[in-house]
Amino acid sequence: MTATAPTTARPPAEPTTGRKRPAFLQMTNLRESGIFIAFVAIVALFSLLHSQFLSPNNITNIVLQYSYILILAIGMVIVIIAGHIDLSVGSVVALTGAVAAILVIRNGQPWWVGVLAALVVGFLVGCWQGFWVAYVGIPAFIVTLAGMLLFRGLTFMTLDSISLSPFGGTYYQIANGFQNGLLGGYGYDVFTLLVFALAVAAYAFTAWRSRRARQRYQQAVEALPLFVAKIVVVAAVAMWFAYKLATHRGLPNVLILLGLLIVVYTLVTQRSVFGRHVYAIGGNLNAAQLSGVKVRRVNFWIFVNMGVLASVAGIVFSARTNSAQPGAGNMFELDAIAACFIGGAAVTGGIGKVTGAMIGGLIMAVMSNGMQLMGVETPLQQVVKGLVLLLAVAFDIWNKRRAGTR
Amino acid sequence: MTDNILEMRSITKTFPGVVALKDVNLTVRRGEIHAICGENGAGKSTLMKVLSGVYPHGTYEGEIHYDGEEVRFGSINDSEARGIVIIHQELALVPFLSAAENIFLGNERRGPGGLIDWNRTNAEAAELMARVGLHENPVTHVSQLGVGKQQLIEIAKALSKEVRLLILDEPTAALNDADSEHLLGILRQLNAQGITCIMISHKLNEIASIADRTTIIRDGRTIEVLDMKDPASTQDRMIKSMVGRDLEHRYPERTPNIGEEVLRVEDWTVHHPTQPERVVVDGASFTVHAGEVVGIAGLMGAGRTELAMSLFGRSYGRDITGRVYKRGEEIKIASVSDAIAHGIAYATEDRKKYGLNLIEDVRRNVTAAGLKKVSRRGWVNGNEELKVAEEYRASLNIKTPTVLYQTGKLSGGNQQKVVLSKWIYTDADVLILDEPTRGIDVGAKYEIYTIINRMVAAGKAVVVISSELPELLGICDRIYTLAFGRITGVLPAAEATQERLMELMTIEKDKAR
Repeated sequence: MTATAPTTARPPAEPTTGRKRPAFLQMTNLRESGIFIAFVAIVALFSLLHSQFLSPNNITNIVLQYSYILILAIGMVIVIIAGHIDLSVGSVVALTGAVAAILVIRNGQPWWVGVLAALVVGFLVGCWQGFWVAYVGIPAFIVTLAGMLLFRGLTFMTLDSISLSPFGGTYYQIANGFQNGLLGGYGYDVFTLLVFALAVAAYAFTAWRSRRARQRYQQAVEALPLFVAKIVVVAAVAMWFAYKLATHRGLPNVLILLGLLIVVYTLVTQRSVFGRHVYAIGGNLNAAQLSGVKVRRVNFWIFVNMGVLASVAGIVFSARTNSAQPGAGNMFELDAIAACFIGGAAVTGGIGKVTGAMIGGLIMAVMSNGMQLMGVETPLQQVVKGLVLLLAVAFDIWNKRRAGTR
Repeated sequence: MTDNILEMRSITKTFPGVVALKDVNLTVRRGEIHAICGENGAGKSTLMKVLSGVYPHGTYEGEIHYDGEEVRFGSINDSEARGIVIIHQELALVPFLSAAENIFLGNERRGPGGLIDWNRTNAEAAELMARVGLHENPVTHVSQLGVGKQQLIEIAKALSKEVRLLILDEPTAALNDADSEHLLGILRQLNAQGITCIMISHKLNEIASIADRTTIIRDGRTIEVLDMKDPASTQDRMIKSMVGRDLEHRYPERTPNIGEEVLRVEDWTVHHPTQPERVVVDGASFTVHAGEVVGIAGLMGAGRTELAMSLFGRSYGRDITGRVYKRGEEIKIASVSDAIAHGIAYATEDRKKYGLNLIEDVRRNVTAAGLKKVSRRGWVNGNEELKVAEEYRASLNIKTPTVLYQTGKLSGGNQQKVVLSKWIYTDADVLILDEPTRGIDVGAKYEIYTIINRMVAAGKAVVVISSELPELLGICDRIYTLAFGRITGVLPAAEATQERLMELMTIEKDKAR
């Protein structure tokens, strides 16, 4: 082949200076906000359809019910960005919960022994899968499909095919407890409001700082009114949510855990060298390798991380149900994967965000919960969820094609 | 009425920004073996793609007359229906299907009910294979045959389609001498049976021995047609026609200021990654000095990229032996990160496939290899990273709306500048640039040369691999020639001419050294 055919058309001349926002930036924003707008629309729809949907009780419920899927989705989105998939997380949730139950319920160990053991099991599971994917080079689809069977089987063996309950005590409180009344309040919890207020302030501050930094480096930023409006909307929604929680039972422990995980993993994916390498591997494996990325090591740690997060989800789930069952966590992997793809991750790798996966997961959560409230039967719920996944990804592909990136 | 089986008249083919073919004429007589010869990028493959319908009628200008009438192929199927079959340099066989299945792929021999008639398939395959001198069991998996035999399977496949005009693109490029000789013998036999052949080749002695006539193409234009029976059609004459252009591109001025030796490679030998017995780079030795631009000239398949990639952290090949010295001290490079740590950078010839993360923005591609420099304890300093990207955008004149723009949307020349930024940012002392100006326009080429000059002015050593000889002559201080995995010569640029380089680049294996 000796033809020298440049296959890239030159981009149209675009102004490189001035304050004018280039068209592409508006496009990016639209694409990223698209999923958020969809989420708001779904919430609005259900709040119209059912009066109890936005009640403090129900909102608290949604958080507690789907927290473990969201935790799984955090690990899963990293796996997917790197161009892999993990089908085993449901079984790992069951296995880690089972190990904790054996120690805490059957052997009467303190709660933290169960937690620690579950985390160690998750870590080892991650090492096992990471070894096969990264160092032996077996596609993750196969390794984790095997893992799905393997760890499910081990769960049954660990539990002798029976369920164990109840955990009770502190272990139970991990997923069912609330921080309430620490600072008093009249019918609403001041502590919850304070935590949210601080979080909102921190968000506004970092947003403002990165805007300033961008300006200093002569990068395009949104117009100031738009920027302020965005902050105000986010703050209003967050404080309204806080108020709902505060007037009910206070701040759920699980929400604190989830919030911390989201902050940490957003930083890891966006700001750390490791995160950057994950995107590089998913975006162009060859280029990453030739740029000195230690591809095998990164892949290994991606799976270790997934294993540990699956064990965290396992702890939360077993505490939430106050039991360990051999069949626990069935199909969780599919919910977590769906959350990532609804949240804009690309099947081909290289694209995706923790925040996107969280909104994707919340869309699934809100829809399940809303349909349950409305009394929609389970089969129909599944049909709707399946269609939403399909349409979300179809929208994304359509959007990309329109933008002419592929 | 005419003895010409094929006449391509005034073929012009343009790609955005590049004219690949300009008024090319090709006339092939019925029953001859016609060679097409030219440098890499001259437009030979493009011409064959126009002929076979890969570029359908309407995407090019000019007329194709086949068998005395004008034809307008819309796809490969159209041309195959008329008996024109092209065998590409990269073989298109399915490795895990049998020889017979491959021969009749898409053209299956069916029995009653539409089911495949295996007896007929295998019997006919054996017959076709015998015609190309291949005496293997037709049920053998293609992956178990060597490259030479696979090439013959391709020809058998062409025969099954009742080929009348067989086009071979560099058929012997991947073959050893014995296999090449056998293949050429088969071609002569088929030719005697009335099959007309077009053969693209770099191997001039092969052309001299087999072709009746040769069309020489340069820069997308037909230069001349040589009758190989004419004693004036020597290899020297062909070389002159292939390269004999004026230096039409300009190269920026540079006063060489050559310092101490930075890199020395001794006796570097590399084997093919999947065919361990095949030597791809054979005992290559070379040196590069600070402030020096060293060129490596070689035709396609000479082992240029393989040499560079195997040096760059063993990114290619197996059973690699040899020694590398950096400033006189022997160094071991086991991985890409070792290479980067030792100040060696390699900008690949295929920037889309191996060089860039096209879905990521310019900023992150610029820092991809030197991320350590903008990070502390594993955390990236985003502001610093932006600053670095901005600096490179300005200093290398990367034309992009902002550094947050998606790299895949930039033009080839600007993508190449992003690749160069990435490697300059690693603070490498030795930069190996593989085809740094491939597929980019003249203006951007000039900018790339300027960047190279700035790098050597800053005391770096630059190795440029290129198949464009004028480019090497224009920018290098010394030029090594590589032929069939061996270094066949080294010339100071002042003494080198395109003719001398081409001679050294076409030395066949038995004659090398």
